[in-house]
Amino acid sequence: METTKKYLFSDMGVMLGRSMRHHFRSMDTIITVTIMPIALMLLFVYVLGGAIQTGTDNYVNYLLPGILLITIANSIGYTSFRLFTDVQRGIFERFHSMPIARSAALWGHVLTSLVSNAISVVVVILVALIMGFRSSAGILSWLAVAGMLALFTLALTWIAAIPGLSAKTQDGAIAIAYPIHLLPLISSAFVPTASMPGPVRAFAENQPVTSIVESIRALLSGQPVGNDIWIALAWCVGIMLVAYVFAMRAYKKRV
Amino acid sequence: MPNNSIQVKGLQKSYKKLHVLKGVDFEVEKGCIFALLGSNGAGKTTIVKILTTLLKQDSGTAAVNGFDVAAKPDSVRQSISLTGQFAAVDEILTGRENLIMIARLRHLKNARQVADDLLNRFGLTDAADRGVSTYSGGMRRRLDIAMSLVGKTQLIFLDEPTAGLDPEARIEVWKVVKELANSGTTVFLTTQYLEEAEQLADRIAILHEGRIIANGTLAELKKLFPPAKVEYVEKQPTLEEIFLAIIGKKGEK
Repeated sequence: METTKKYLFSDMGVMLGRSMRHHFRSMDTIITVTIMPIALMLLFVYVLGGAIQTGTDNYVNYLLPGILLITIANSIGYTSFRLFTDVQRGIFERFHSMPIARSAALWGHVLTSLVSNAISVVVVILVALIMGFRSSAGILSWLAVAGMLALFTLALTWIAAIPGLSAKTQDGAIAIAYPIHLLPLISSAFVPTASMPGPVRAFAENQPVTSIVESIRALLSGQPVGNDIWIALAWCVGIMLVAYVFAMRAYKKRV
Repeated sequence: MPNNSIQVKGLQKSYKKLHVLKGVDFEVEKGCIFALLGSNGAGKTTIVKILTTLLKQDSGTAAVNGFDVAAKPDSVRQSISLTGQFAAVDEILTGRENLIMIARLRHLKNARQVADDLLNRFGLTDAADRGVSTYSGGMRRRLDIAMSLVGKTQLIFLDEPTAGLDPEARIEVWKVVKELANSGTTVFLTTQYLEEAEQLADRIAILHEGRIIANGTLAELKKLFPPAKVEYVEKQPTLEEIFLAIIGKKGEK
């Protein structure tokens, strides 16, 4: 027990290095998690943006928080996929028959999700800056935005881990990605919810993405965040904890 | 005890209603190649999983290198390597990266050197920096076994190491296993290819319907073969005939 604990962080580092290589060696992953969100941002700003009334004169400022969440949401199917492959191909069995902490293999994937999403988010923000995104936010607000995005990433990653660890087929493993991709579309990410018809509006205003988008938007534009940030935190932490429990249960069943 | 790498007594395991192991007993001496022979679904992989701490038995005891698998799983893991039924290699990484990864996870200081030596020994130097997804089945298996040699553990489990390989690749793997045993490593092998056990193993145990129904050297097993057809048979019985004969005999009881 002693040695496995002593090397926990070095083992997780090796696991992180491994799946980061998987991330960067997959053209499909790079396109989905970086190029697609940027393309979407270009499309909305330069094609559709002129017709969208948000009450702000700088649509990139309005749009960016939603695009950042889409960036993260796009990546989580890959976490499911990579976990599923590891379980199926037997590499987890190899790891688990070695003197390393059992959780290291799983946490390696979670860390990879955090690190790779941080990289994509930075790239998307840089492109947004070129497109005219400006923020009056100070260091503290940016840190709060980073923290919120990290929590959102963790919540989605643990959700993604559940089918990744328990699915019988690859299609089953990545199916979770589709409903999650939809959430930012039915939120205040692109247009204010006030323009939506009743039931859609009710859904949009009460689903997690809207409160997260609103609080990030407020933080970036130097507005008071109000209750949104607490609702957003509650969503993220709540989803993360519940998903973590189920993912761990699925993991223990597999090992 | 010190001469035994593996000691298994009264091992039982069920999956829901399926009673796979019904009391398995055997011992494996240090430094030998031990083959566990059985049909598909006989429970060979279940035994391997219990011995490599991946699965807990329902009852009975199993000790590996002197450590009880249930009580001291970490000590067991320190002293063994597993090459599972499917080549457990990382397809995206190169051969070299795979070996370095395992060396780091075994906390060896000279991971690069260890990887270079093994690549050389297994004839993978030329392919070392290619992604494993481009490897042939035989190369993949060789890499898989090379990964199990990282850290020089005393005991190596090979679960159906030649399943799905073409004859040429199979002979390559056999060569590797023989070399391993010559260097003093204990090898626990499972197989459904009878010729493989005949070629490689010092001792052979036959697992059938949840129990070990025969255990001995090839010569000892040959003695068990009932010489009923002696006047018609010109050649020595092959292990395949012995296997089928023993299974048939037990099945009739």
